[in-house]
Amino acid sequence: MMTPLIALVRRDLTLFFADQRSVIMSFVAPIIIATFFGYVFGGNGGKTETSRIPVMVVNDDTGDVAKQLIANLSAEKALDVKTVSIDDARTAVRKGKATVAILIPKEFGNKAGAAFFRGENKPEIGMLFDPSRRMEMSMVQGILTGQIMQTVSKEVFGGKTGQVLAKDALAGVEKSTGMDPSTKSVLSGLLSSVEKLNALNEKDKADGKPAMSGGLSTPYTLREEAMMSGNGVVYNSYGHSFGGMGIQFILFMGIDVGIGVLLARQRGLWKRLRAAPISRGLLLGARVLSAAMIAMLILIVIFSFARVVFGVKIEGSLLGFIGICVAFSLMTATFGLLIAAIGKTPEAARGLSVLVTLLMVMLGGAWVPSFVFPQWLQKVTVLVPTRWAMDGLDAMTWRGLGFNDAIQPIGVLLLFAAVFGVVAVWQFKWEIDG
Amino acid sequence: MLEVKALKKTYGAITAVDGVSFKVSDGETIGLLGPNGAGKTTTISMLAGLLTPTAGQVLIEGRPVSGDTDPLKRQIGLVPQDLALYDEMSANDNLSLFGALYDLSGAVLRRASDEALELVGLTDRAKDKVVTFSGGMKRRLNLAAALLHDPKILLLDEPTVGVDPQSRNAIFDNLELLKKRGKTLVYTTHYMEEAERLCDRLVIVDHGKVIADDTLDNLYKLLPVTNILAIDLEETAEALNLERLNQLPEVKTVELAGRVLKAGVRNLSEDTPKVLGWLVANGYRYSHVASERANLESVFLNLTGRNLRDA
Repeated sequence: MMTPLIALVRRDLTLFFADQRSVIMSFVAPIIIATFFGYVFGGNGGKTETSRIPVMVVNDDTGDVAKQLIANLSAEKALDVKTVSIDDARTAVRKGKATVAILIPKEFGNKAGAAFFRGENKPEIGMLFDPSRRMEMSMVQGILTGQIMQTVSKEVFGGKTGQVLAKDALAGVEKSTGMDPSTKSVLSGLLSSVEKLNALNEKDKADGKPAMSGGLSTPYTLREEAMMSGNGVVYNSYGHSFGGMGIQFILFMGIDVGIGVLLARQRGLWKRLRAAPISRGLLLGARVLSAAMIAMLILIVIFSFARVVFGVKIEGSLLGFIGICVAFSLMTATFGLLIAAIGKTPEAARGLSVLVTLLMVMLGGAWVPSFVFPQWLQKVTVLVPTRWAMDGLDAMTWRGLGFNDAIQPIGVLLLFAAVFGVVAVWQFKWEIDG
Repeated sequence: MLEVKALKKTYGAITAVDGVSFKVSDGETIGLLGPNGAGKTTTISMLAGLLTPTAGQVLIEGRPVSGDTDPLKRQIGLVPQDLALYDEMSANDNLSLFGALYDLSGAVLRRASDEALELVGLTDRAKDKVVTFSGGMKRRLNLAAALLHDPKILLLDEPTVGVDPQSRNAIFDNLELLKKRGKTLVYTTHYMEEAERLCDRLVIVDHGKVIADDTLDNLYKLLPVTNILAIDLEETAEALNLERLNQLPEVKTVELAGRVLKAGVRNLSEDTPKVLGWLVANGYRYSHVASERANLESVFLNLTGRNLRDA
């Protein structure tokens, strides 16, 4: 039994390595694409410089507030700010050269200061945006809101404009007839205090002392800590991208396994194999074994490349990593057999199986992490084997989790392998005629 | 001995093989002859264990072949109609693989491969990839791949399809050598000349049924005419009285084309002198005599009323 098994496995390995297209598709293509994705999604420990969001500013206000606001926006690391005319801004956004254009109207500083206390006659900031980049637009909105609050409040509580505004607001409150007396009294006191504070600030400035108020700012500081496997371990996006592309191209190899069986049938080779006194289990088992070996080899080669070139490490359980690779390899092999069992001709089977594979890869989170999917989709994708392979590889590489966290993905992948295998054997067309 | 008993294969309402029975003795070569679609390949597929018969049995040495791993299968070597070879592998690697399927390994496998390659004349191409072979060479290697485990019975499903006359002759030389070595050959073809050259006995199949099973000589005896005498007459041809000639009991058919008289007879050695004697006695001189033997085409036509290649 061992002689035919070894011969059949050796045949598959020989044929695989004799086919340059297969070798390139299985080893070179995933490395190239994973390198690209890994670089784009942050590289090794965020060392890759990410591009800044191009923002155009059209400033119709000649006041200090607008100038300070533009200066603050320009200082933001995430933004690339340019002041342009309205026509240039429109053209830039329409052509996709800028994500958003911020339109600062005339008298923005004064109107914003006045509206700060009374909440009426708010100035309108226009935003022209590229509809294909809504996520970046939301980010710019958030930054802009924070900067406006800080710039305007600084002026209100410390600048010359603030003194005038507080005085005007106080006069308005005192003239007001409809206001509740107790509210009127409290508000008058607040505005008087602001006026006094501004006067004191002006005096300090004149005396060369530092201003007391920096305006409103976020009442906290943020300390970020990436939850990694240990101290000094940094997130390496190549870990995810190499896992994802490995999965994708191994599945493509699995398609070739199925197509190969169909071609062998079409070329009459299956007749010679079936005429020999060997069992059906051995014939299919040899194909599963060789496919799993090739899949393992692909994973080893591409993760070795990622380790040497991009420093991707198995931060978690090595045993768990190997277990997931073995389980995924077996699943791929039986997936190939399933294609051979269900496919009628090589041509027809190839088209459908490529589509199914791409869907599995996409839903498994190999292209983009599954956490960006809507909640319902995240729940549905647990039915896709690639999701378990992807999550398992992430867990064992950059997340640095232990073997316990590999058990479930391994189990699910083996279950898929068993189901695919049983259906393949059940549906396999053993009868050969013509 | 190979024995086929009432073999039947149906696909839904279609009956591909309908109760085929025949026996092949050790060392005998039989031709399974019939038009395309007659059921020859389906029969061979059942003999080789590729198809499960709907009914009937295949017996080797009196025992039925049961299951994929039955050791009886080792007694069969299949030469499929397709070129069942891996083009991307060398001839040697192909043979090593196919030999290993029969549990051959090491020196035994190497010797078997060398002998098979030598038999088909491909020793010098052993290390070359099959993709570089001509069609005829592939056909020969296809034959070699079935010989590695030294089977007693060779099932040859149209092994000369698509090859040039030279390669066909080479394959026939190989088969004749195997026949001399005592192999039992079951040879399917729709080429009568191949069957006539190689086979001891013919099983003629049509529409999935055996319509004749006998030696070539006996099949010819089924014909009203076994030989045609072609006699070139001299100037007296126009005056020949065909009706009188046809009244001779030895003459079964008669036809005059120009000066060539064609007379059908059943027994060449006994009937020829009588026909020629009648001509001389009646003043008809001739300058040349030849005989044409009836062929399997005629047998098939006689049995079915249809031409073999058009059936």
